[in-house]
Amino acid sequence: MVDNDRDFYGQEWKEDRGEKSSTYLDASELVLNMGPQHPSTHGVLRVILKLDGEKVLGTECVIGYLHRGVEKIGENRTYTMFAPYVDRMDYVAAVSNGLGYCTAVEKLINVEAPPRAQYIRVIMTELQRIASHQVWLGTHALDIGAMTPLFYTFRDREEILKIFEKYCGARLTTHAFRIGGCQYETYEGFEKEVKKVCAFMEPKFGEYEELLTTNRIWVERTKGVGKLNGDECKALGVTGPVLRASGVKWDLRKAQPYSGYDKFEFDIPVGENGDTYDRYMVRVKELHQSLRIIRQAVDNIPEGPILAKVPKVLKPPVGEIYHSIEAPKGELGYFIVSDGSLQPYRMRIRPPSFVNLQALDKMVRGLLVADVVAVIGTLDIVLGEVDR
Amino acid sequence: MAEEHKPDATPPAGTQPAEKPAADVKSLPPTLPSSSTTAETKPAVPAAPVKPVAPAKPAGPVPVPWDNEFIHGLKTVYESGIRETSTYLGQNYMVVDASILTEILQDYRDDEGFDYLVDLTAVHYPKREKAEFEIVYILYSFVKNERVRVKTQIADGESVPSATAIWPTANWLEREVFDMFGIRFEGHPDLKRILLPDGWKGHPLRKEYGILQQDKEWVQINLGIESGQ
Repeated sequence: MVDNDRDFYGQEWKEDRGEKSSTYLDASELVLNMGPQHPSTHGVLRVILKLDGEKVLGTECVIGYLHRGVEKIGENRTYTMFAPYVDRMDYVAAVSNGLGYCTAVEKLINVEAPPRAQYIRVIMTELQRIASHQVWLGTHALDIGAMTPLFYTFRDREEILKIFEKYCGARLTTHAFRIGGCQYETYEGFEKEVKKVCAFMEPKFGEYEELLTTNRIWVERTKGVGKLNGDECKALGVTGPVLRASGVKWDLRKAQPYSGYDKFEFDIPVGENGDTYDRYMVRVKELHQSLRIIRQAVDNIPEGPILAKVPKVLKPPVGEIYHSIEAPKGELGYFIVSDGSLQPYRMRIRPPSFVNLQALDKMVRGLLVADVVAVIGTLDIVLGEVDR
Repeated sequence: MAEEHKPDATPPAGTQPAEKPAADVKSLPPTLPSSSTTAETKPAVPAAPVKPVAPAKPAGPVPVPWDNEFIHGLKTVYESGIRETSTYLGQNYMVVDASILTEILQDYRDDEGFDYLVDLTAVHYPKREKAEFEIVYILYSFVKNERVRVKTQIADGESVPSATAIWPTANWLEREVFDMFGIRFEGHPDLKRILLPDGWKGHPLRKEYGILQQDKEWVQINLGIESGQ
């Protein structure tokens, strides 16, 4: 399975080796455990590395340390009761998880959220996308050795969390939306505050870029590392910024708009080379696009009800539905089977992190151990979502 | 909650306590044990003319047959192997025999451009005889911007051909299905548990596996504690 003949740079590996030895230095292959308590694996991911010196010959991911059986819990809760659980999957983008779940159930019961609720949802979800990308950027840069971005991003993310806290009382696991719309009306001065945060954020994104985009160390560590081309991404089911960095212009907000995303103007940033640097650039550009969406939404937010007429006791008709949204990490899908009772018969969650993580092996073969850290970072995984 | 509310039955007028706002009429339980007595003692609520309660909830949307040229072609080739092709709530799905599953998936990828396997999962129906498990493949085509679900049904203990050769994505997804349902995929390169620890007993997403059930033995041996339940 391991392509021992060529390294990442396409050079023959065996050219200088003796007939029998399989490694450069006549050392035997080394198996190294990285994680599950390694700080750069972003949680409890364990990667078993098969090494030849510093060079990675193959990897195996061991996951499941955070498995809580979310899908089983879903089958044993009513539709309404299950909503807060989804926040605990991708806990740095809880709002997006909630939006995906609520829109999926709404589709199943054939209800649409009122326009005002949709706008509030878009604002909150895009704020969450910015916050999620900020966590990613901070930790990813820290892994590669740049410490300052972490302080910058976490300082700025705070402003978004403050809005969440004021809106729904929670900062992390927000449970901001309800099936059929939003439970809470926006607080007084919400629009003003969101606009203020937008104005505050824009120059900050410039600061991140100033620190990294042309930074020699950053460029050396990320350019050409962990390449994936578009076809490989599709074959591996990789979605989100990772797919877009490989040149595939695909975003569910445009391809299959939900929650009124078709009303907003925004671009889909794409990369060319599909390497770690391009993924960084795509995400940084997405930060600006999110701001653009938020500004449009705040300016045009309509008046009206925020909750559609949804029966207090939800009993969707017998049937099944698959609905997915563009979460910060990729396609987040819910496949719900209803048997007409109060609880879902089957609640399948298609997590973007889980599927994207599968590409790790392909991306790191032939690289150095230090690059594995960079690639794990660039995939932007959250183990709560990988393991569910 | 379950036993209190039966929202799809018709609430008879006059069973509501007078102070209840009319808006709640719909969600009130129609056959409270006390309803007969209250109906006698209390005069019918004057206003709130029993809203023509949404005529017994028109049983919701129903699947409608789905057909196109490609489906037609498949049907002529595989005939009864394609059991059902329908659209439900705007989403297309088909049910096929497990024996022709690989061919169908291959056709979908090669001829129709469904180059992205979105998800692969299973559903357990213990009451269905000889078809306890339903395997669901959700496919997406970037070119057509279209989704389709291909489903197949198998009996407990039967295996399904692996889709790893068609989409590498299937690798982990099939491992997860194996982990959670105990369904084997023929031809999978490395079929073993993925989320639960090796050596765990049972497959949690089967319906007979209780939500509080644990592998007590595993917990005792590996964690050295009594199981939490």
